[in-house]
Amino acid sequence: MYLGRVVGRVWATAKNASLEGQRMLVIQPLTPELRSTGKPLICLDSTGAGAGEIIYWVRGREASIALLPAEPAADTTVVGIVDTIHLPTAPGVGTGEKGAESRPAGAAAGETGAQAALERTEAGPRIAQTGEAGAQSAPDGVPAATNGTQAAPKDPAAPGASRTPTHRKGRRC
Amino acid sequence: MLIARVVGELVATQKHPSHEGRKLLVVQPLNLDGSNRGDAVIALDAVDAGVGDRVLVATEGFSAMTAVGRPNSPIDMAVIGFIDHIDLMPGVS
Amino acid sequence: MILARVVGTVVATRKDPRLEGKTLLIIKPVSPDGKDEAGYIVSVDTVSAGYRERVIAVSGSSARMAAGCKDTPVDNAIVGIVDEVQLD
Repeated sequence: MYLGRVVGRVWATAKNASLEGQRMLVIQPLTPELRSTGKPLICLDSTGAGAGEIIYWVRGREASIALLPAEPAADTTVVGIVDTIHLPTAPGVGTGEKGAESRPAGAAAGETGAQAALERTEAGPRIAQTGEAGAQSAPDGVPAATNGTQAAPKDPAAPGASRTPTHRKGRRC
Repeated sequence: MLIARVVGELVATQKHPSHEGRKLLVVQPLNLDGSNRGDAVIALDAVDAGVGDRVLVATEGFSAMTAVGRPNSPIDMAVIGFIDHIDLMPGVS
Repeated sequence: MILARVVGTVVATRKDPRLEGKTLLIIKPVSPDGKDEAGYIVSVDTVSAGYRERVIAVSGSSARMAAGCKDTPVDNAIVGIVDEVQLD
């Protein structure tokens, strides 16, 4: 599976019958440090993710399996919404040395030995660092998820209802 | 399959039900010389791997699903073993 | 899936019999804000897309799950015509 961020939505009335009722999101693939990598793509959604949320998606035939019993013709589907990412060692440093100082700047930069987490807050996701190997998940992971819910309203309803969105922000293409 | 190093863990409360009960690991695929091969990806853990372990990752869906024992689930990558040792013929980079 | 733009058609009289009656379109990937990207793809049309329309294309074995493409040697299919893309 791969990490990504929801950056938009797509609507299409004329489409293959197997895609009826499916929600389509524009996803920007990310590295675990939340850097953009690669081109944006269109994913079906099985989670009700909202704008700006960090998600993980699956590629290939498994993307159709995510939406059983429906069998949509899809090769990428969002299958989870990320609460926390723990990266105790800097990726790319195979020796396992702690590389907190080489990580991209984030809210927790400079906190040595402090346990921070990527939490979904009302201000949006924050980058995560932790100086402890094998750190436990943040104890307030669940409340953070609740905050994230308020900040990014989900749309679990079938896209039939959201065909004409009443609220639009950002660019229309 | 690929050789990779486990570099982190991911927590997601809202996810596909077939991902419950297993760890979601952030793994960095490696080249044969130990350098990074592309970006790190997310794999479901089938063998209880921890951060820092060098592991074998299945990158094809059917193999990943059967490794974690969950057929018909949207899993396209899974950690399926630990690497003890790699032997390369001389001249292979 | 990717966003793409229809830029042409392919006519092939001699082909796999399971592709008979299927329209083959040339599509060019585009970014969500409308810029062309490199490359092209020949894709089976399942939605009667027209020239220059912006479409959604699925690739891989999932393309065979598009209605009308079961058991056909297809690795890319157009599965939707885009009405609107909203970027946040």
